Parts: sequence; C-alpha cells; structure tokens
Amino acid sequence: MKYIIAVIQPDRLDEVLKRLTEKEIHLVTVSNVVGRGRQKGIAEVYRGHKEQGSLLRKVQIETAVNEAFVEPAIEAIIGGARTGQIGDGKIFVLDLPECIRIRTGERGGEAIG
Amino acid sequence: MKKILIPAILILLTAGTAFCETESPAASTVPAAAVAAPAPKVDTGDTSWLLISSALVMLMTPGLAFFYGGLVRRKNMLSVLMQCLMILCLISLQWVVFGYSLSFGPDKGSIIGGLDWSFLKNVGLTPNADYAGTIPHQLFMMFQMMFAIITPALILGAFAERMKFSAFCVFILLWATIVYDPVAHWVWGVGGFIRNWGALDFAGGTVVHINAGMTALAAALVLGRRQGYPNGMSPPHNLPFAILGASLLWFGWFGFNAGSALGSNGLAVSAFTVTHIAAAAAGVTWAILDWLKHKKPTTLGLITGMVAGLVAITPASGFVDPMGAIWIGIGAGVLPWLAVTYAKNVLGYDDTLDAFGVHGIGGIWGAIATGIWATKAVNPAGNDGLLYGNPMLLWIQIKAVLVTVVYSFVVGIVLLKVVNVLMKLRVNEHDERVGLDLTQHREAAYTIID
Repeated sequence: MKYIIAVIQPDRLDEVLKRLTEKEIHLVTVSNVVGRGRQKGIAEVYRGHKEQGSLLRKVQIETAVNEAFVEPAIEAIIGGARTGQIGDGKIFVLDLPECIRIRTGERGGEAIG
Repeated sequence: MKKILIPAILILLTAGTAFCETESPAASTVPAAAVAAPAPKVDTGDTSWLLISSALVMLMTPGLAFFYGGLVRRKNMLSVLMQCLMILCLISLQWVVFGYSLSFGPDKGSIIGGLDWSFLKNVGLTPNADYAGTIPHQLFMMFQMMFAIITPALILGAFAERMKFSAFCVFILLWATIVYDPVAHWVWGVGGFIRNWGALDFAGGTVVHINAGMTALAAALVLGRRQGYPNGMSPPHNLPFAILGASLLWFGWFGFNAGSALGSNGLAVSAFTVTHIAAAAAGVTWAILDWLKHKKPTTLGLITGMVAGLVAITPASGFVDPMGAIWIGIGAGVLPWLAVTYAKNVLGYDDTLDAFGVHGIGGIWGAIATGIWATKAVNPAGNDGLLYGNPMLLWIQIKAVLVTVVYSFVVGIVLLKVVNVLMKLRVNEHDERVGLDLTQHREAAYTIID
C-alpha cells in the first residue's frame, strides 16, 4: 500500500479528479494549501498573478492505493496537472503500513477500495 | 414618468398656462427678467422622502452585489462585487453626461430625449413640473440615476463567472445608452410612445426588470455555458452573503417603489405596503414549492422568492391594493420558480444566477398583473384593470411587455455580438478555470492562511 500526496495548481483539480475517476481511484482527500517550491518566495507570477506574500496557493490531493494502482494514480495526476510551466507541482509517494475502515474494522488492502 | 403625477402635472400646467397667457403680451414691453416665472414651490416633505429614497435605491446595487456574490464560486466573488461597483461609477457619469437627457430630455419623435439636458444643463434646483412638481429637478435626476445603475447590474447575473472585465465595461456603457435610455424614455419620458398608449409602470417593471431580464437571456445564450455546466458546478460559496444581499434589496426596494410616488404622501404609503406584502407572499410561495418538490424548504429558495415578489410588484406598486399584492406575490413565487426549476434545464441555457428567470419572468408577470389588479380606488391617476372592468388595460400592458421583450432581447444580442467581434466577450478557458478574481483583478477575496 502506498500513500500518495500531490501538490498541484488549483485550476487543474477538476481535470486530475476526472482522470483519477477514470482509473477507478475514488478515495481522495483534497485541501487548499499554500506553499513554495522553485517558484520561491519572490513576488512570483502565478499564472499572471503576482502574489504579495511569499507563499503560493496550491491544492493538495491525498490518496491511498494498493500496489497495482500506484502507477495509474501517478499517470492520472501527471496527465491532469501538467502544463509544462514552473509551478505544476510535485507528487510524493510514501509507504503505507496500515489502513482501517472504521465502519467494518477491515484492515489493509481491502480497506482501501 | 408615473401616472400618479398627472394630477400634480395638470395643476401645475394649468397654473403655467394661465401665467403664460399673461406673460406673452407683457414680454414685449417689460424686460424679461422682470417677469421671471415664480419658481414652483419645493415641498420639504417630498424632498426629504426622495433624498432618502434615492439613497435607498443606491444601496440596492451593493446589496445586489452581495446577493449575486454569495452565489458564485469563491474564485469569482470579487469579480461580481467589482462589476456591480464599476457600474455604479460608470453609469453615474454616463447619466450626468448624456444618459439622463436621452431618457428624460425634451422628446424627439416619441423615441428618445434630446441632448438639451446633457451635462445637466437645465437640470437645476427648481422643480420640473413635467416629472415632479414639488422636488428639485436635480433630485428627480438623482433618483432616476439609481434606477439606471441597478438595471444593468441585474444583467450580470446571467454572464457571471465568464465575462472579460474590459468587454463588460464596454458592453454596459453601450447597453445603458442604446437600450436603457430609450426604453426609459418610451415608458416614462413625456412624449414617449408607450407612455402615450396609457401603459402603467409605476417603478420599472418594463424599464428595469423586463429590460434587464431579456438582455440577461441574450447574454446567457451569446456567451454560452460555463465550463463544467451543469454537472460539475460547485454550490453557492457563501449563502449568508446572498441572504444579506437579498435583505438589503428588500430594504432598498421601499425607496424604489414608494419613492416612485415622487412625494411623501398616501400613495407612497400604499406602494410601501403592497411592496412588502408581495415580497412576503412570494417568499412563502417559493418555500412551499421547494418543500413540495425537493422535500426541504431552502434559504436560497426563500430569498429568490422574496426578490421575485419585489420584482413583480414593482410596476404595480402604485396601482394595486393589498389583496392584489398577495396574488401578484403568489404568481411571482410560482412563475419564476417554474422558469428556474424546469425551463432552464429543459432549454439548457446557463443563466448563472437566474437573472432572466427572476427578473425577466417576474417582470413580465408583474407588468401583466398590473393590467389585471390595477384599480383607481388606489390611484385615481392610474387606471382600472381587468378585474375592475377594464380589459383594455391588460391589452395595453401586454403590448408594452412585447415591445420591451423584443427590443431588449434583439438589441441585447446585437450589442453582445458587436462587442464580441471587437474584443471577445469571454475570458479564455484557463482564466475561467483559475477564476476571474485573480485573472481579471489580480486579487483574491479570501486568503487561506491569516
């Protein structure tokens, strides 16, 4: 099991969610975040917008998947989020030791789907 | 404008005519200054009420901004507020420079006012007996300015979340000049042809609501749907703002309708009362329909019904009694509800905030209902409607509706197409996704941290 965290441009969210759904990955948590990467803190251009502060608006997507779904998930996220410009974001893949479905008490891979 | 003025006008005209008769022979022998007409008397009560009413109607545009703003997505909040406030500034100037003169200036062929009053020339602090004989002419101009401002602001509900700001500014100025000003002249201007038919429009059913509503439909059709419509849309981003805005609209509407009596008198009180009653009846009706159809009454449904009731009573507010107001309110709960619940989905146009459904349909209903429930018992200067034995009025009202519907819809489409050719109406796909706040104004309504 892997835990995938992707930080993407806010306006790519709909497309990424659509592509994840196409790969039958439904479990997903989304949050508004701010942060910085190579765009750094200088008043950078965010799609034509000069941010006053040092942090830029992003959307963070988190999903837990079984091994077979890791590559499809990465493909879907890249496919939906890539524009080719600086600031497209990052994907982090983490090992996931355990997952429990609260309603049934199921554990592991079964609980993810 | 406004038929209730006729008695006042008649009195002043008779006085004026009598004076003219004595003046003409005298003029040849006495220097003109010596026979200057005694200024018509300014009534302090009427002036106070119209000053307050003008301020109340002004507040409706920011109120509308919050009503609409609460209903869009977070990323477009500022764009809606900005568009409303920019209209407030732009149209105020347009009105002073030539808009007021086109609407109310000396009649040219029953179609348009002349430019004699541009830059407010001849619009001074003495009353103009043609329009309001007891308040300074300049106050009448200011009161009307607030109507000219809110009317184009209503339209933006149809194209919210996708129109380019530059194109918006150009379109609004063209629309105010080519659609609003002439239609205001036809209905309210002395000599205007719809006014000459005897059509009744107390506070702007045709001029404001049908006019804005039909151009709103035109805009929804010309601009096309938003990306993701209808299935991928987020819910309104801040309903409490929408409720605040709708409440401010109701508050401001007392100035809109009761102020249209142009005096502090019984007619103003009657308009105040029926305005309140119709809004209440329509709000309750809409909530009940929601309850029946969707199992739960919604806040958005309740406030939409309130606004629809205010829209519908607008043309009738100086001519109907409280029972008429209840029926008009109930109709305003039913017809716009049908329009936004069924017609919009069946026809597939994306009228973002239901400017056509509420103002177009509500306005048409109100104008026609005026021909049904109007009674001289409320306003002797008005007329009797269908239920009071005069079906002719209903026919005149329908004619006035048809002319306005066709004119605002057709000219609305033409203007939008012209602006589209000049500068493209719609933002590109990327900007629409990112949102108009960032792409059109480089600002965000809400921060994420702090």
